[in-house]
Amino acid sequence: MSRGSFWSVARAVAWRSAHNFFTNPALIIPSAMFPLFFFTAFAGGLSRVSSVPGFDYAPGYTAFVYGFVLLQASAFGGVFTGFAIARDFESGFSRRLMLAATRRGGIVAGYWLAAALRAIFTVAVITAVALIAGMNVAGGGVDLVGLYTLAFLVNAAAMLFGCGVAMRLRTMQAGPAMQMPVFLILFLAPVWVPYDLLTGWVKAAAAVNPTTLVIEADRGFIAGDPVKAAGAFAVAAALVLVMVIWARGGLRRAEQAA
Amino acid sequence: MLARRSVIRTLRQPAMVIPSLLFPLILLSINAGGLDSATRIPGFPADSYLEFALAIPFVQGALFSASSAGTNVANDIETGFLNRLALTPLRRVALLLGQLAGIIALGLIQALTFVIVGVIVGAGIVTGPAGALVIVVLALLVSLAFGCIGAFVALRTGSSEAVQGVFPLLFAAFFLSSVSLPRNLIDTDWFRTVATYNPVSYMIEGIRSLIITGWDGEALALGFACAGGVSLVAIVAAASALRTRMVRT
Repeated sequence: MSRGSFWSVARAVAWRSAHNFFTNPALIIPSAMFPLFFFTAFAGGLSRVSSVPGFDYAPGYTAFVYGFVLLQASAFGGVFTGFAIARDFESGFSRRLMLAATRRGGIVAGYWLAAALRAIFTVAVITAVALIAGMNVAGGGVDLVGLYTLAFLVNAAAMLFGCGVAMRLRTMQAGPAMQMPVFLILFLAPVWVPYDLLTGWVKAAAAVNPTTLVIEADRGFIAGDPVKAAGAFAVAAALVLVMVIWARGGLRRAEQAA
Repeated sequence: MLARRSVIRTLRQPAMVIPSLLFPLILLSINAGGLDSATRIPGFPADSYLEFALAIPFVQGALFSASSAGTNVANDIETGFLNRLALTPLRRVALLLGQLAGIIALGLIQALTFVIVGVIVGAGIVTGPAGALVIVVLALLVSLAFGCIGAFVALRTGSSEAVQGVFPLLFAAFFLSSVSLPRNLIDTDWFRTVATYNPVSYMIEGIRSLIITGWDGEALALGFACAGGVSLVAIVAAASALRTRMVRT
């Protein structure tokens, strides 16, 4: 079992998954459209919220919303790859893949690469729209590296989560089980206003939600004033680590079923 | 018979009923805590964002109706059930309305649930029980409007995938409206213009007026006119698509 066989499996799975995504309008359009809807709906429809006393984010509301939508697009790029894995199990492709792959860990790595490519495409679309819409970015090169590295880690964690679910349940009906937890963990964070302006149970949930740190760090990078960056990277890396273990468990279950 | 079949088929599918109740309530709950500070914007029409946002689940729940109605009709086409119906002397409008009965039943469950949950969590309806009744009626009309759109797409394309493909467009119509803030408080010009021409804004504002404003004749007339107008156009379009499909059969 060579390292080469691992990467050749990963490359093949990534290429196929990415090819399916980029050549199928039914997959590529919703992936780009949903985050765009959120971005336009929040940045356009809620911009007056930035005039609320206590809302102090210098780059403006468009950049504030971009910080969230960037993470959302990255996370859902990962989750939708989980859907693709479930579809491959339903169609019987994964069973054949399991039999053919010399290093099955390469299958997960391949889907991971494909998820990253999906996220890069979606993030590029949203970033272009945000810049056209007049988003202010005060952060420099290092800040932007931090911003997109965090997004990459979130994408990886979400993809590995979806992969773990898809490999355990092996059906497209597992879609809500992949989508709902990610949706909730993202939205139970300071999405529309800073943490201090949240109220009620949402504020309590945001206080213990690790995504809060990541979103705040993201917005800090855009503003050129990094806040809680070390904590955010630690949380994101820990999430990835936990999800690697979760996905590995899913792979073992799928191997037993194959 | 068709109506009974439609009701039973819709309510028997937890995957159709539960998300259409749960998702709007989750979003309402998150919005209420996440955007409560918006009530501090000068000119905001309510003291509590929960009361302002309580109108949203009624319309969001109706969005699921489009998907449910369309999927049911598309399944009947895909399985050949509609072809067999075409051999009977059934009138087209009766067939169409029968197919939509399940959506009306689902809309009623949604509306009653949202009113009850709203009252339980402390969102007062200023127009009282009579207002709550009008909310339910308007919500049913909104469900019918979206359900007819779903049925039209299904009859035109004959594909449940196409019905699912329309969902993002309806989702966009929902968000590009006065769903999050009143139109006069939307800063972005193009967004305010789109929201002004978007009938979904008036459906939401009609329901919202009964919760936070009182008996506002203009808001109610616009709400009923938009929901009724969309229903009428979609029913006519669906009936036409049904005629074409039956001719093909």
